[in-house]
Amino acid sequence: MNAPAYNFAYLDEQTKRMIRRAILKAIAIPGYQVPFASREMPMPYGWGTGGVQVTAAILGPADVLKVIDQGSDDTTNAISIRKFFAKTAGVATTTATEEATVIQTRHRIPEAALSENQVLVYQVPIPEPLRFLEPRETETRRMHALAEYGLMHVKLYEDIARFGHIATAYAYPVKVNARYVMDPSPTPKFDNPKMDNCPALQLFGAGREKRIYAIPPYTQVVSLDFEDHPFEPYRFNAPCALCGAEDSYLDEIVTDDKGSRMFVCSDTDYCEGRQAAGHHGSLSAAPYKDKAQGGANG
Amino acid sequence: MADPDLHENEEPLLVATSLSKSFGRIAACRDVSFALYPGEVLAIVGESGSGKSTLLQLLSGQLAASGGHVSYRMRDGVTRDLATLGEAERRFLFRTDWGFVHQDPAQGLRMAVSAGANVGERLMAVGWNHYGRIRDTASDWLTRVEIDVARIDDAPRTYSGGMRQRLQIARNLVTEPRLVFMDEPTGGLDVSVQARLLDLLRSLVAELHLAVIIVTHDLAVARLLSHRVMVMKGGRVIETGLTDQVLDDPREPYTQLLVSSILPP
Repeated sequence: MNAPAYNFAYLDEQTKRMIRRAILKAIAIPGYQVPFASREMPMPYGWGTGGVQVTAAILGPADVLKVIDQGSDDTTNAISIRKFFAKTAGVATTTATEEATVIQTRHRIPEAALSENQVLVYQVPIPEPLRFLEPRETETRRMHALAEYGLMHVKLYEDIARFGHIATAYAYPVKVNARYVMDPSPTPKFDNPKMDNCPALQLFGAGREKRIYAIPPYTQVVSLDFEDHPFEPYRFNAPCALCGAEDSYLDEIVTDDKGSRMFVCSDTDYCEGRQAAGHHGSLSAAPYKDKAQGGANG
Repeated sequence: MADPDLHENEEPLLVATSLSKSFGRIAACRDVSFALYPGEVLAIVGESGSGKSTLLQLLSGQLAASGGHVSYRMRDGVTRDLATLGEAERRFLFRTDWGFVHQDPAQGLRMAVSAGANVGERLMAVGWNHYGRIRDTASDWLTRVEIDVARIDDAPRTYSGGMRQRLQIARNLVTEPRLVFMDEPTGGLDVSVQARLLDLLRSLVAELHLAVIIVTHDLAVARLLSHRVMVMKGGRVIETGLTDQVLDDPREPYTQLLVSSILPP
């Protein structure tokens, strides 16, 4: 299975060294986007080429890998990447957040608290938070260098002027270590507070844009806001229909063409863990063990 | 119009000393020296290609001079050579103590964001963090430049040319700069809109005690706004003096030509 057709974790050692150097620099300057020589990966851009390269560079034989996509362990993207590393690195994989040492994620931070011996690797489509405000890359780099971030507030101002509140719901800009403004990748702003003072190392890889940035453990991460319009995490006001959780981020699932919908945890591992522990929601099938035979969908 | 007591007990705000700039063999600007005092309006006139815009860029630190230097008295009272300022300091100066009004408002405005955010941007850049106060200040400035406050949430691309120019002025003045550079602010506007804009500028300049360096080819604008006039030709300043003196009694043949080329009203 682990045929030596590839080097360990697919990338060659020189490439991994190059990526590790970029990662070290990124950790040394929290929130700063470090350019790196992104490689072609055997997957299309937008599927996590940046995250995969970062994961490949930091993965060791003893690591346990978890991959999530929008909080879910069982989507195509998550399964493919998990299989990819199982095949090319022979590492153990898991869906349980607590067991994982490396978690590659797309658009979510797990609900379970992370620990010091874990690394969270984000897949990032657009690393530049100022991109849609200032199209010139030369100018945005200068703005980062001089910490000129007034423009970021212009965006938030526009939100309030137009919608009456800060309507940015994902990729909500944060200031890292009181210096660099950073795009937290398209995670929902519900997850922003989890980045602050997080015990786990957080690495961000953007493959197409060829940038790596990082938040070292226990680093201050502040969501930008106005004094009179403070940052507020958003969550649908409902319990999870399967596990009854009141504190998790929810996905809205349309269940028929008559407007019915259900809200379920977007973090599948968290939801399944709660169900296994005996928690029930309004639409959960009982008992939990029978779920595999179907009939759970209302 | 010039106030004789203007310079009595004040130090100059901006001093240019033998400024020159050449692009290869072309000397765009040669040996320009002058001092500008707080509250003074200086018009730089001349035909196209005479070096007016190059001079404006040299003075505002956007272009490095080939020779000579520009010094500016900062808000803390210390006069400093612009060339020695770091980029961060220069950019800070540019969005706080200075204003720059472009001929084409699209260059000076963010066309896709609302007027309120356009005016508020400088405030947010210097750390204002209270939406309500930013918005109040922006509405206040829109009123001052005669833009209907009801249009505060509209993007400037929906504005007329004259409104855009007035918005650009509000955006520049919101941080109460002491010096404003203007590059043909009335260019491309029709005559009645021009007159209204000039009227507005004149009252704002007086009210805020602004120093202005205005580049124009329109002598009427110079006459209406400025205290002093500098006439440029071929990169040199050929004549300088009080506005009425230069325009009513031009000494240099070129200035005489310039003045006589205006159609009589």
